[in-house]
This record gives sequence, C-alpha cells and structure tokens, in this order.
Amino acid sequence: MAVAASAAHGHATHNPVRFNRLGLWLFFFSESILFGLLLTTRFFLEGIEREHVDQHLGLAITIILLLSSLTAFTAETAIEHNNQRVANWFLMATIVLGIIFAAGVGFEWKTAEFSRHEAFGSVFFTMTGIHAAHVVSGIGILFLVWIQLKRGKFNSKNHWPVSGSVMYWHFVDVVWVFFYPALYLVK
Amino acid sequence: MYAAKSVSGGIGLGLIGFYLGLGFIALLRWTLGYPEPWGGEINIIGGYIFGLIGWLMGVGMWGIWGREWFGQRTYPRKAPGWQRYFTFNTDHKVIGVQYTVTFIIVFLLAGALAMMMRLELANSGMQFLSHAQYNGTMSLHGTLMIAVAVAAVIGGIGNYAIPLLIGAEDMAFPRLNALTFWLVPPVAVALLSTPFLGGMETGWTAYPPLSVTTNSAQIMFDLGIITFGLTSILGGLNFLVTIMFMRAPGLSWGRLPIFVWAIFATSWIALLYTQGFAVALLLIALDRVAGMAFFNSTAGGDPLLYQHVFWFYSHPAVYIMVLPGFGMALEIIAHFSRKPLFAYRYAVGAFLGILGLSGVVWAHHMFTAGIPNYLHGPFLVATELISVPTGLVFLSALGTIWMGKLWLKTPMLFALAVIFNFGCGGVTGIFLADVPTDIHLQDTYFVVAHFHYTIVGGEIFGLFAGIYYYFPKITGRMYNETLGKLQFWWMFIAFNVTFFTMHLPGVQGMNRRIADYQSGLDTVNLIVSLSGLFLGASFILFVYNMINSWIRGPLAGDNPWQVRTLEWQVSSPPPLENFPTPPVVQGHPYDYGVPGSVHGVFPGQKLGGVPVVGGGGGQ
Repeated sequence: MAVAASAAHGHATHNPVRFNRLGLWLFFFSESILFGLLLTTRFFLEGIEREHVDQHLGLAITIILLLSSLTAFTAETAIEHNNQRVANWFLMATIVLGIIFAAGVGFEWKTAEFSRHEAFGSVFFTMTGIHAAHVVSGIGILFLVWIQLKRGKFNSKNHWPVSGSVMYWHFVDVVWVFFYPALYLVK
Repeated sequence: MYAAKSVSGGIGLGLIGFYLGLGFIALLRWTLGYPEPWGGEINIIGGYIFGLIGWLMGVGMWGIWGREWFGQRTYPRKAPGWQRYFTFNTDHKVIGVQYTVTFIIVFLLAGALAMMMRLELANSGMQFLSHAQYNGTMSLHGTLMIAVAVAAVIGGIGNYAIPLLIGAEDMAFPRLNALTFWLVPPVAVALLSTPFLGGMETGWTAYPPLSVTTNSAQIMFDLGIITFGLTSILGGLNFLVTIMFMRAPGLSWGRLPIFVWAIFATSWIALLYTQGFAVALLLIALDRVAGMAFFNSTAGGDPLLYQHVFWFYSHPAVYIMVLPGFGMALEIIAHFSRKPLFAYRYAVGAFLGILGLSGVVWAHHMFTAGIPNYLHGPFLVATELISVPTGLVFLSALGTIWMGKLWLKTPMLFALAVIFNFGCGGVTGIFLADVPTDIHLQDTYFVVAHFHYTIVGGEIFGLFAGIYYYFPKITGRMYNETLGKLQFWWMFIAFNVTFFTMHLPGVQGMNRRIADYQSGLDTVNLIVSLSGLFLGASFILFVYNMINSWIRGPLAGDNPWQVRTLEWQVSSPPPLENFPTPPVVQGHPYDYGVPGSVHGVFPGQKLGGVPVVGGGGGQ
C-alpha cells in the first residue's frame, strides 16, 4: 500500500523489504521479553532445581530443531540464487523436521513424570507449550509460503516471504537454545 | 453500504467464530477423553480466539490482507465519506480519528463509573451499591481508564499526527495499523461484558491469589487485556519503523518535532514491556484453567511472582501514558509561545532517559508486599532518579514559556495545565518512592490522588490539548473558543479541587478500593464527591462543542495557529496522500523569530516559477 501510494505521488520510493526486516526484528525484541520472562519465572520459582526428564528425548528433539534451522537456511540461500527446486525440497524438509519436533514435545508431555499442578510442572509445560505454539505457528507460516513457492511465485529478486518466515524459524530455534539448558541441563 | 457490510460482516463472522470455538474446544475435550466436554472457561478462551479471528476477517481484513497469505489477489474496500470510519481502512488519518472517538466514548463510560463510585463514597456507610458491585465498578473504571490512558494519545493523536509531522504519506505498515484499531472493539466487548458475567473483583491489577480463586468474569479481563497488549505492541512497532525510515528528506533526528520524539520513546516502552502484562495474565489464566501452580504457594508457587512480572510492565506503562502527554505539551507550548523550544536536546535526552530508567523501578509498587529488604534501597534510588529526566522536561517547558509571547488559546491552556498538574503529581510521588513514607501511604487515597494527578493531569489534559490543537486540521472547522476555554477552566478547577482534597483522607489512612470508611471522614469525602461530579459534568460541554463545531463550525483554514510544522502546510483536512508535493526539510521546526529560518519547503510546487516556501511563519 505504502509503496503504491508513494509511486503514484512521486515520494521518495521506500524499500518495503527494509521495512519488513526492521519490523520483524522489533517483533523479535518484543518476543524476547516474553520468553525471557518465562525463563525468569522458571528460576524465580524453582531456582536451579529440576525434576527428572527424559534426557535422550530432549537431546533428540533439540538436534532435530537445530537441523531444521540448517535446512531453512539452505532453502533461503537457494531461493536467493533462483534455485527453486532446492528451495522447495529444503523448505519441505524444514516443515517435516518441525512437525517431528512438535510431536516430540507432545510425547514428552504424555510421558512426563511430574504433574502440572506443582511448580516445576507448571513451568515446564508452560515454557515448552509456549515455545511449541511458536513452532506450530512457524510450521503454518512455512507451509503457506511453501505452497506459493511451489507455484513459482518467488525468485532471487522477490523472496521476502521465504526470508521472513525463515528468520522467524531461526528466532524460534534460538529461543529453544536458551530453554533447553534451563529445562533439561541445569543441576 | 460498505459500512454496514463491514460491521455486520465482522459481527456475523465473529459470532460464528465464537460458537465454533466453543464447540471446537468441547470436541477436543471429548476426543481426549475428558469426563466433561464443557469445561467452562477453557471453552470461552477457544470461542474468544476464534471469534476474534472471525471478527477481523469479517470487518474487511480478509479482502485487504488475508487473501495474500493464500497467494490470492487483495482488493481494498473503498468506502466514501463517513463510511470509511466503519471499515478496515488503512489511512492513518482515518485510524487516528477512529482511535480518538472510540477512546473518548470509553473515557466517558469509565468516567460515569467513577461518578457512581463517588456517589457511593459521598457518605460513610453503604449507599446504593453492594460491596461486590462497588468492586466491579471500581475494577471496570480502572481497567477502562488504563486502556484509555495507554492508547488514546499514542493511538489517536499519534496515528493522526506522526506521519504528517514527519512528512510521510502514511505509516510504514498501514494494514497492521488498521489491525491494531480493529482489535479494540473485541477488547471493549470483553471488558464491558464483565458486569453481566459476575463482575471483576480484583481491580485492574488482578493480583493472585484472588484473581485465581475468584469465581467471576476474570477470564474475560485476561483475554481482553492480552488482546489489548497485542494492539499496543504492534502499534509501537509500526511507529518505530515509521519514524526510523519514513522521515522526509532533511528531517534529521535533531530536527524532529518533540512530539515525534516522545512517541518514539513511548513506542519502545510499549514494544518491549507490554509482554510483561501478557505473561502475567497468561500465567493467571493457566492457573485458573489448567490448574497450574504458579501462584499457589502450597504447591511451590509464589504470588509475589505475579507482582514482579505485572509491575515489570505496569510501571513502564505509566510512561507509555505520560510521555505522549509531555510531548504534546512541549509541542504546543513551543508553538504558542512563539519561541524556539528551550533545551530541545535536553528534552530529547529526558525522553530517552525515562525510556532507559523505566524498566528498573518496578518494585517500588511492592515495598509493602514482602520483598526482601535489600531490594528497598536500589528501587528507592532508581525511582527517585527518574525525577532527573522529568525535571529536564519541566526545564524545557518553563524555559520556553519564559519571555515568550504566550498565545492563550485552549490548546495552550491545556498544555500549561499539564505542566502544573504533573508538578503536583511529581511532588507527591516522592513520598511514595521513599520507603518510610510509602509504608504508611501504601493503598490509601493518597496513592489514588497521586496517580490521578500524574495520569489525568499529565496525560488526559495532554489528550485534550491535542484534540483541540488538531481539531481544525482533522475536521477543517474551528471549535468554539469560548466554550473551549470555559471547559478548560471548569475541568482544571474541578480536577484540582477533587484530587487535591483527596490527598487528605489518604494521609489519614482511608483505604482505597473499599466502599465504606470511618464516619470521621464524611466532610472531606463529600467535598471530593461534589467536585468530582462537577468535574464529570465538564465533559458534556466538551462533547457538545466537538459535535456542534464539527457540523457547523466556521471554516478554519489550512494553518489557523500559524505553526511551522509540516502538517499545517497542507489543506485541512489533508488529502488522502497527505502531501501532494513531497516536502523537503531545511531547518528546525521551532525556530520562531530566527531571521531567515524555514522548516519545510515543497520544491515540486511552483507559483509563478518560484518554489513555494512553506512553514516560514516566523513572527
């Protein structure tokens, strides 16, 4: 909208991707406070105490999520070089890895040895739950982008939706990099 | 009828979404094997979320934005005349008016609730409200007024004025801007539904354990306020990108009008800290709905956690409220004193200083809540440090007035009142920041008087200054100056009598948030109630003046205040694209009386071969 209006009335043309990129970064700043407060809540209530959790499962889903960041990065680089075939496959791989991660969290919830009616359980389920909600929304966004990628809507000149969704995916991964040690590794 | 189509579409899809959400959660619970598919509040949460999405899509977001997510072509919904105020319109001028009018209505409603409270408190003993009804009235008054204070100036005046002040054609994300406004009506519905669902008992602060255990409409409050937080965050984000990237050529950071700087600092606070309120209420909702134990001290939780997280937002929130008020006041004082703004750089530094300090003072709300003693000192010092940047704002205002040719029009009167009122609010704040006095004054009417002096006196007066200042630009017509001045003096005197007097029962220990008090305080409370009702009546005059002047006021002309900033160099009301010829900025906006200074020029616009120089105006 803004761009169309500016072109019509001879304003200095703005670069919408630059706007979007800054807007997304500001959104990440804001979300960092959300995740940071949840992290603070965990240490405020429980100190560095921790109940027993399934270490193998935790390590496995962490590796899967980090791998998905790699595939997402590959997809973004591919579309920047106009390689739609590689971008298509790697974006799909990212979605699949994301679904495996979400399923892993679901399995973790089902097999957890502590209850949500006590403090550690509250913290654990809330932190993993809010994070998983972001993963699931990321999967949804990537899926919508993937459909348009398959239709050939994006190329090296016009690929903001791919870049933006991949940035979001990286951000959600980085959050897990802080949540994983706080929930699985302390003590 | 585009307006009818939008609104009925929004309500229709919203209701369908609401019932779908209720059913969806019930189905989910049934599938997962819960004994009772109807879980109460969990179903309401599902219904609210689905209803919210349905409302947004129905009101026009689908056509203008949603289709794009699925790779389809979008189409703007063009609505002529007054109808554009009732659609998902992306023009920042429309959105500014939508915000202002909506929040004035909410302000009047919440004010009426305050009148009910003052009637109840006019005499000791119970008059016409039960304790529960009084709690509900008090909570709703507080919540709605907080919403007004957070959003009215930044959302209303800010949305209207910021792109015009910086020479842009619109905000950076116009559709996001429209989204932030259309999230507000569901919030209003959620909050206004609470009296019919059992009322709120907790005040706007919603402290646990009461907010977890109470069997009332707490969940509607949670949902509404989390949505409202989203509005605040997205609005702040939009302002930041707009101010960083869309300034006219030549409008460097050192030449920005001071109101833009105030909105810039405010937007950072809104962007970052609002998440705190969302987290706090999310945890309350989880405790209520999922039986979690965040605030349940028998299961390892801690109610103090809520106060920390909540005040981590809610103290910075008072700067979200008051910084735009400061910015508006300084802007108007400079223009109506016909002088360069005194200590411009210090005022900018003050806004950024408040931004920096706002996040490290929250625990001064918790001195009596049982926090460790070692926290008292640091938070006392940090809180009092805030008076340094605030003092710089006063320095700037007073230095500008000094030896100025004050033009005492209604906006200027309101702007001067901001400085006076906030002075009173600031001085009483010192007693609340100091631990020894705060322990005695905590939760008394002294606190109530203090924050009404800062928020109403500092921000709502600034809001009225802004409305009177921009009224000729928004409508193209001039308000009635006599009625405007009458309303100012009426409101100013009634406000000061009400809230100055309110300090006295506070010092004597009268508790806030309670419908009754000991009979020795009858006289002083009667005075507060009478002048409070008198204060409420002053807004009738305002509403009459605004409506009457919008319909049949005299034409105002493009620049009735003879002001140099960019928004006054275009027609009133401005055209859709704001600036038919894009402006170039060559000087400081406030250099009144500086020979040869100009602020904005319009190089593309020529009269007889000579480029038109706008915004000279130096008297």
